Amino acid sequence: MGETALKTNGVNFAKASSAALQDQQLRGNFRRAMDGLMSKRAVQFADTAEWNGVRALGTSVRLRALSKLPELLEKLEANCTRNGIQVHWASTTDEANAIVLSIMQRVNAKLVVKGKSMVSEEMHLNAFLEKHGIESLESDLGEYIVQLDEAMPSHIIMPAIHMNTKQIAHLFKQKIKEAEYTEDVAQLTDLARRVLRKKFATADVGISGVNMAVAETGTLCLVENEGNGRMSTTVPPVHIAVMGLEKVVEKLEDVPPVISLLTRSATAQPITTYVNMISSPRKEGEKDGPNEIHLVILDNGRSGIYADEELRNTLRCIRCGACMNHCPVYTKVGGHAYQAPYPGPIGSILMPQVEGLEKRGELPHACTMCNACVEICPVKIPIVEIMGRLRSEAVHPGDAVKGAGSHASKAEAMVWKGWSMTYASPLAYQFATALLAKLGNAAPTSLPLLKEWTNVRSKPRFATRTLHALAREKGIPDV
Amino acid sequence: MSESRNAILGKLRAGRDAHPLTPPESDFAVLRNKRWEGAERLERIKRMMEAVHTEFLETTEADWPADVQAFLTAQGTRNLLFGPATGAGARLSSEWTAGGPELVPYADRVETFKERLFDGIDAGITTTLGAIADTGSLIVWPTPEEPRLMSLVPHMHLALLRADALYDTFWQAMTENRWADGMPTNALLISGPSKTADIEQTLAYGVHGPKRLVVVIVR
Repeated sequence: MGETALKTNGVNFAKASSAALQDQQLRGNFRRAMDGLMSKRAVQFADTAEWNGVRALGTSVRLRALSKLPELLEKLEANCTRNGIQVHWASTTDEANAIVLSIMQRVNAKLVVKGKSMVSEEMHLNAFLEKHGIESLESDLGEYIVQLDEAMPSHIIMPAIHMNTKQIAHLFKQKIKEAEYTEDVAQLTDLARRVLRKKFATADVGISGVNMAVAETGTLCLVENEGNGRMSTTVPPVHIAVMGLEKVVEKLEDVPPVISLLTRSATAQPITTYVNMISSPRKEGEKDGPNEIHLVILDNGRSGIYADEELRNTLRCIRCGACMNHCPVYTKVGGHAYQAPYPGPIGSILMPQVEGLEKRGELPHACTMCNACVEICPVKIPIVEIMGRLRSEAVHPGDAVKGAGSHASKAEAMVWKGWSMTYASPLAYQFATALLAKLGNAAPTSLPLLKEWTNVRSKPRFATRTLHALAREKGIPDV
Repeated sequence: MSESRNAILGKLRAGRDAHPLTPPESDFAVLRNKRWEGAERLERIKRMMEAVHTEFLETTEADWPADVQAFLTAQGTRNLLFGPATGAGARLSSEWTAGGPELVPYADRVETFKERLFDGIDAGITTTLGAIADTGSLIVWPTPEEPRLMSLVPHMHLALLRADALYDTFWQAMTENRWADGMPTNALLISGPSKTADIEQTLAYGVHGPKRLVVVIVR
């Protein structure tokens, strides 16, 4: 364990998930939330023909975008630039942070308000800005709660889903000066409204993510319910949008089907309260809106993922979070056990590819391969196949994924080799099964290799007679 | 920085060219076939928007300024932010009667108006370009005469909707009106008052944007 923890920078899913499983409060919070989300989503897609149609369309939009990704990014850059949006490119999160900081320093920014952005979580942007003396305030209510709690989001759509009202009431009382203790959700929400409105009005810069960027028109699309995204992108004099490079779509007409899949899959809403399409900074004669808009396009390993024909499918993702809501692992252990900005099935395939298998090689195993995520993925990402591929990459040295081969074990390789030899030879197979039927039950659970299995599972009971022997008795001949 | 640009694009191009991808055809029939007849559209819009706490006020072309004033007076609203340079704004200024809520024009740049906008405005009124039956959404394109924050910062947003400007889907609205030929600074779909479910999935209205959305249907 000590060695593994060292190699993975303290990221240890197995340990964190065991702890989460003991936490009855946490499990209750997730169980309630996920059951609700699953049943509400099912209502949204009750019309199977419509679901199949819009899902096929949305998938084709994402695949078409990936098929022309370099050209579409160039087109997006050209059209944004023509519209007055300044485009920046970052290979790494360090570079993206540096770009954001240099804009901040140029305008002498002290306070930043942020709309919800997963890419900014990936960049650890808040911590970076604080280090440089800039207050970075999350304004999405869930993100605000998580930030007050000095924690990480536990879900990509509902960041504070791991907490219940009582816990949030205590947090507000403890952290917000003017707060009176209340468990009334409307009053808690109103308190956040009062605190954050002052911040929107005085912030120097607004930061947002991007749900989709349209190459054809140079338009940034954001969906949200609260209005904090519109506030962050309209009130401060400077707006910085950060996006992963896969978020581009070709045409404006590609937006409606993807938004429809996104909002219905994510929160079971036919549409969010606001769909905010931004195509330029404030123009001559306009009375509000930012004077500057910057778009930071982040790679952070995505171009590497794109190079592999199979792994590339990870980049179809529209970040709806439905895969986590339906995942038997995520719904039990919650988001924090993954210790990653993206938890759940999509996180389990994305994080190892972005940060490498050495650090994240455990995550593809955080999966029962039940296929629930694949069934509901609105853009049909073959998540389980990619999960299997990454398990294999983790134990076979290669170039496709960072850290490939880092989890290779001689003992495991020998076991598989032995297994395959045994199954390839009828004689060896008969010998092995006869041996296990005789001696299997006598083998102590503490045997090396067997121990790895029996640590967390009951030891299987071996039948005293093999299937072949039973079949022979019934008169079925060996082939 | 252009170094990163070229590196990223170069890597993407090499990756794609080594393994080109043929996407399936995009068949928009599923959106094209979503249709509602005549009165059904407005009924559906009302039903969907009311489900997320939107209020409706029915009126006519002749009476809407008076009806809006009567509504706001009954609500105890102190003032109404409006765009004086629009046709609707001209009607409001000429037909507004004394003693009602104060009409406040959005006349200056936000930099000089911010304090009043955030602290002293109860309601704002804007026009819309229509509404969408599929999702129950208003289409709002802010303009220099009707700036972006009018539909966001005041606690109540009143939106004028012409009863004949209705679409089946978002896709229909954008393709029929050729939005791709020229997008405005900001285009919005608004489908209710601001809301959140971030505290234990309990819906609460009015978190950052308007607490109330009142659609004024003008026949």
